[in-house]
Amino acid sequence: MSYTELYRDLVDLPGALLPIFHRIQERLGYVPEAALPEIAHQLNLSRAEVHGVMTFYHDFRSAPPGKTIVKICRAEACQAMGADALVEHAEQCLGTQMHSTSEDGSVTLEPTYCLGNCALSPAVMINGDLKGRVTHARFDALIAEAKGANQ
Amino acid sequence: MTRVYVPRDSAALSVGADHVAAAITREAAQRGARIELVRNGSRGMLWLETLVEVETPNGRVAYGPVNPEDVVSLFDADFLSGATHALSHGLTEKIPYLAKQERLTFARVGITDPLSLSDYLAYDGYKGLKNTLAMVPADVVQQVTDSGLRGRGGAAFPTGIKWKTVLGAQSAQKYIVCNADEGDSGTFADRMIMEDDPFVLIEGMTIAGVAVGATQGYIYLRSEYPYAFDVLNQAIAIAEQAQYLGENIQGSGKTFHLEVRLGAGAYICGEETALLESLEGKRGIVRFKPPIPALKGLFGLPTIVNNTISFASIPIIMDKGGAFYKNFGMGRSRGTLPFQLAGNLKQGGLVEKAFGLTLRELVEDFGGGSASGRSIRAVQVGGPLGAYVPPEQFDTPLDYESYVGISAMVGHGGIVAFDDTVDMAKMARYAMEFCAIESCGKCTPCRVGSTRGVEVVDKIIANDNRAANIELLRSLCDTMLNGSLCAMGGMAPFPVLSALNHFPEDFGINKKELAA
Ligand SMILES: Cc1cc2nc3c(=O)[nH]c(=O)nc-3n(C[C@H](O)[C@H](O)[C@H](O)COP(=O)(O)O)c2cc1C
Ligand code: SF4
Repeated sequence: MSYTELYRDLVDLPGALLPIFHRIQERLGYVPEAALPEIAHQLNLSRAEVHGVMTFYHDFRSAPPGKTIVKICRAEACQAMGADALVEHAEQCLGTQMHSTSEDGSVTLEPTYCLGNCALSPAVMINGDLKGRVTHARFDALIAEAKGANQ
Repeated sequence: MTRVYVPRDSAALSVGADHVAAAITREAAQRGARIELVRNGSRGMLWLETLVEVETPNGRVAYGPVNPEDVVSLFDADFLSGATHALSHGLTEKIPYLAKQERLTFARVGITDPLSLSDYLAYDGYKGLKNTLAMVPADVVQQVTDSGLRGRGGAAFPTGIKWKTVLGAQSAQKYIVCNADEGDSGTFADRMIMEDDPFVLIEGMTIAGVAVGATQGYIYLRSEYPYAFDVLNQAIAIAEQAQYLGENIQGSGKTFHLEVRLGAGAYICGEETALLESLEGKRGIVRFKPPIPALKGLFGLPTIVNNTISFASIPIIMDKGGAFYKNFGMGRSRGTLPFQLAGNLKQGGLVEKAFGLTLRELVEDFGGGSASGRSIRAVQVGGPLGAYVPPEQFDTPLDYESYVGISAMVGHGGIVAFDDTVDMAKMARYAMEFCAIESCGKCTPCRVGSTRGVEVVDKIIANDNRAANIELLRSLCDTMLNGSLCAMGGMAPFPVLSALNHFPEDFGINKKELAA
């Protein structure tokens, strides 16, 4: 398969590389290794450079994520309201660790450093939706809702 | 027809504002009540979200925090006429939290529909640009200089001086870049401006472009803000349609194009040169300065890089004049700063005030003390590179210079409160860990020092050779402070040292040992 179709309209932008990665990840959920040589060719860059950029940024995944992507804020304002305990709770009830995907492929858990919802902490983002005042019980309800929506 | 306001700010959405809006629409239809639902920005009293307002002849009446379950009882109580209810707070403008503020940059936020250009115009929007178009560029830059505005991104560099440099640079192409990376924990002022009054940022950047002769602007927006991304793109399309962006702006012959670009989860891309690298499609590695971005910035060309709030403060300066803005504030810190109250506070939210108030006023009067009801032990001011301030220093006025005087920084105005359950050794460890995760890796003191710093704090916590390791931690901090290329490595020691100096007991030593 050629990945170029996904981003052909972006190739001529100045500084096109990040927009291209974002587009591919938006469509596929991750940026496949196999897409990199094509991008390098399209943008006239070395493969090493394209690979270097892709791995520099925390956002870009090199493997497909789970159906539900859960990001939990680990930064100070959320820590002040119990984010560490929320992370522990999440790891336990989702059966997966930070930076990884549950065995059944249902959930990927990722840390994030600030979602800009610091007055309503702890904050999480589930499949791109921001949530605030996330108690453990609310977390469980939000996960159930997200998994239900994915059925 | 009664107008009802339910915010569309993502903080409000994060606690169910869409569900509240849907419940109100449903209930109104059932009861045959005629309402006009407006999705406004947030008033910034975030602990009251979802804050619902009803327009009455006396002004807007506030109810909050409203959950969908409350909607039936609100109708039963006749909230559509502004009647009292367990959740009512009376007239919004009279709520002390709001009434005591000095809203200049945030003047419209929460009042208007963010995507209504007619609202924007009705509330003084684009007056600054109108004045700008009637002036010569040097006079525009002079107004900005006269306002005393200093960069709100953290470094507090005088905005007028930066603009003057770019104005004076000879180049066929120049750029205006908005730093909307807002990576500091405890900050959301940029986000609120972008989601709740996007035209003010667009106007500020347009004024900058007209003033220095730049025709292309970029907003570098962190990817953690998908709602802001949507709102900005819609607002840009509306502004283009109405000829406030693009070619021949309002018939002036001036051109300014604007595009939003997403970051990708790297804190260091908030540093202006790393940001420029990232915009160019590269790894976000900090550049050596000089050359400064004003002379050799994006793609090597003269570039203004300013924070979102810096740009958003320009329209009111160009509307009311530099002298008006300068009248607020103290010392060399002029104008207002939108402080962001976050973490363990009862009343978290956005408070725009002139410089010079104290942390005590923010935390106690506005914040209402801790959310947990326990005493507040430490407040981190100015983001992850800012110091932890102990209660003994809560009366220091918040202005750039006074804070430098206590080895702290005002930064982007983030205020994160911790109650007495906080373990400050753990927070010091986190500061080092964050630096290790987010370092761009260009220089050794930051890259290696932060990783070593985590190990050393771990040893101190484990009481492994404690005295020697505290000494080692200090010397590591010293190396980072003096040997780092940028403020990431250069300031990460501030939270660490402030934790150690103000809260030595958490590191297993007492104040006497600290002095020795
Ligand atoms: C590690 C680091 C992170 C920074 N993050 C931001 C940021 O998120 N937003 C911002 O406006 N400035 C940030 N800055 C400051 C910028 O380098 C720069 O000073 C600012 O964009 C200039 O705009 P201003 O003068 O309007 O503040 C950061 C600096 C450093 C060293
Ligand atoms: S101090 Fe850290 S972030 Fe800054 S240039 Fe050096 S390695 Fe990069």
